[in-house]
Amino acid sequence: MTFGGWFMLITSVGSVVTLFVWCLYKVITIPEETDHIHGFNETRPDAED
Amino acid sequence: MTKVKESWNSRIGIILAVAGSAVGLGNFLRFPGQVAEYGGGAFMIAYFISFILIGLPICWAEWTMGRYGGQSGFNSCPGIMGRISGHPAGKWLGIIGVVVPVIIYMYYVLIEAWCLGYAVNFSLGNLNFSTPTDSLAFLKGFTGMSGHGDGIGFGLQQVGIFLLFSIVLNFFLIYRGVSKGIEFFCKYAVPLLMIIAVAIVIRVLTLGAPNPEHPENSIKNGLGFMWNPTKTFLVREIPDEHGEIKIERIREFVGPRAREEAEAAVAERETERAALLGSGITSEQIEATTPPLLIEHVSLWHQLLNARLWLAAAGQIFFSLSVGFGVIINYSSYLKKDDDVVLSGLAATSTNEFAEVAIGGIMSIPAAYAFLGMAGLAGMTSTFALGFIALPNVFSVMPGGQIFGALFFFLLFLAAVTSSLSMLQPGIAFLEEAIQLSRKQSVALLGGITCFGTAYVTFFSMDTIALDTMDFWVGTVLIYVLATVQIILFSWFFGIENGWREAHQGAAIKIPGIFKWIMKFISPVLLLIIFTVFILQSFFGLLGGEVSDKVLLLIGTEDASPNKVAWGALAIIIAFTLFCTILVALSKRIGTSTQIKNGKILS
Repeated sequence: MTFGGWFMLITSVGSVVTLFVWCLYKVITIPEETDHIHGFNETRPDAED
Repeated sequence: MTKVKESWNSRIGIILAVAGSAVGLGNFLRFPGQVAEYGGGAFMIAYFISFILIGLPICWAEWTMGRYGGQSGFNSCPGIMGRISGHPAGKWLGIIGVVVPVIIYMYYVLIEAWCLGYAVNFSLGNLNFSTPTDSLAFLKGFTGMSGHGDGIGFGLQQVGIFLLFSIVLNFFLIYRGVSKGIEFFCKYAVPLLMIIAVAIVIRVLTLGAPNPEHPENSIKNGLGFMWNPTKTFLVREIPDEHGEIKIERIREFVGPRAREEAEAAVAERETERAALLGSGITSEQIEATTPPLLIEHVSLWHQLLNARLWLAAAGQIFFSLSVGFGVIINYSSYLKKDDDVVLSGLAATSTNEFAEVAIGGIMSIPAAYAFLGMAGLAGMTSTFALGFIALPNVFSVMPGGQIFGALFFFLLFLAAVTSSLSMLQPGIAFLEEAIQLSRKQSVALLGGITCFGTAYVTFFSMDTIALDTMDFWVGTVLIYVLATVQIILFSWFFGIENGWREAHQGAAIKIPGIFKWIMKFISPVLLLIIFTVFILQSFFGLLGGEVSDKVLLLIGTEDASPNKVAWGALAIIIAFTLFCTILVALSKRIGTSTQIKNGKILS
């Protein structure tokens, strides 16, 4: 394993782990825009518009 | 009149479902094989650039178009693309978004069954291989690669019972619907497979050098083989028929011990050549019989100039993120108008990248390298060879291998189920939308169609010709086509300004402004270039490529006539495409700019 190999490994894995953790944090902390209580929703497209 | 519409239960639910769709065998087997084959760390540079310029833009475009189509009452790709384009061509091109996932499901569920079979057999202690030849023999017996029909059987060491279980599980979950079936399963399966994967990674990273007689076969050198951006080969110089000197690579080597061995081989060859020259043999004879050995260093820049590396990296991004599959556009159509698509798309993508780079990148190849060495890994970097020949052999000799082998293949099985579920839902949505079938009817009809295709692939199992043919024409060619069509549709027909506004409706985060430019110009141009180069290489053997063996199977060669099994697989693809085309033609709902209001067609 060369220095370049370690650099590529740490940079690549570090980047995806950082992105993953950041997304996870955002998903958990930002409240959802729409309340989803039931999987099957009775929708009226005219009302949504 | 009100209309009952399916939807996701929660944001985390759809994120895990899309991530589950993307996380599959490609993350743990195909990706590491591609990295090792195409330049290690150099591949990663092309991979991340492709991710930003192709993968992420198409992903956001698909999420946005899907949600927009869903608001107009469409869940199938022909319906959504017809609505988005406002042109009859849209619905016809959208048929690809049904053909791709359904055809891929036909052979993917078989590979899913292989994974389950290996998991069960490892857990029962039935798999103890001492050499890769043993594991190859088991694979051939289990899958029927040796002869047509050999894979049919319901013993524990044949694929039949596992295939039956996989099909029933898939259709049971699909029958339960988007929320109660797919979302429910993915909410448990995706976190579980991540936990299993992390446990296996920890085991692999603590292996060290398992064979004291070969300390060079270590996890550290395995990681070097995967990640070093420069490569070093032992090569020989041989004259061709015109007398010109050509470099022929003998083997790649990693680590100081392997370097010492290579340098010793070079010195020994020089001594041998000097002795031969002194014995009166002509220099021409020596060059022909005992060519000099050299050590070749391939730099990062030299590797990045290789067009095949960029094609491979872009292709891996496609397969990995499930873009161009017709899956994301279908899944996101079940979102509501103000549901976020930007953060959800990025979160699902990042989950897939975590599984691929942070887990797949440090698990499979280093483990295989530590036990089999560089020589043992030669020719073993393809998905099947790495997953079903090299790694079973590794788990057989690894301490605790029975447990870790079972866990690894169960992990692959879970990843495969979450992916295969996503391949069925676009077909179900299409049947329900095009010809107004009930859930029971659509599940029964799609079940019949896919079982026929799977039976064909399972029976004509010799050398996996049927499977490879479907994978090439649908899993490669049509995916390129659909991804290209989708990004052009989004940026140019729907309009980048409309698309941008639509994407940010209810968005939890903003897409950086530069992506507007990337989505409009860079992504379509890059995709067109990649697809053109792929066609010229694979179909015509131009630009340094070779005509694909999948093409040769159909047209035949001087030594072999056209392969009937390959033609049969192509016939299934064509027949299903025609079936979908007829349904679209007959459908009253799927139209160019049809809008559904209160369950009624307005225009």
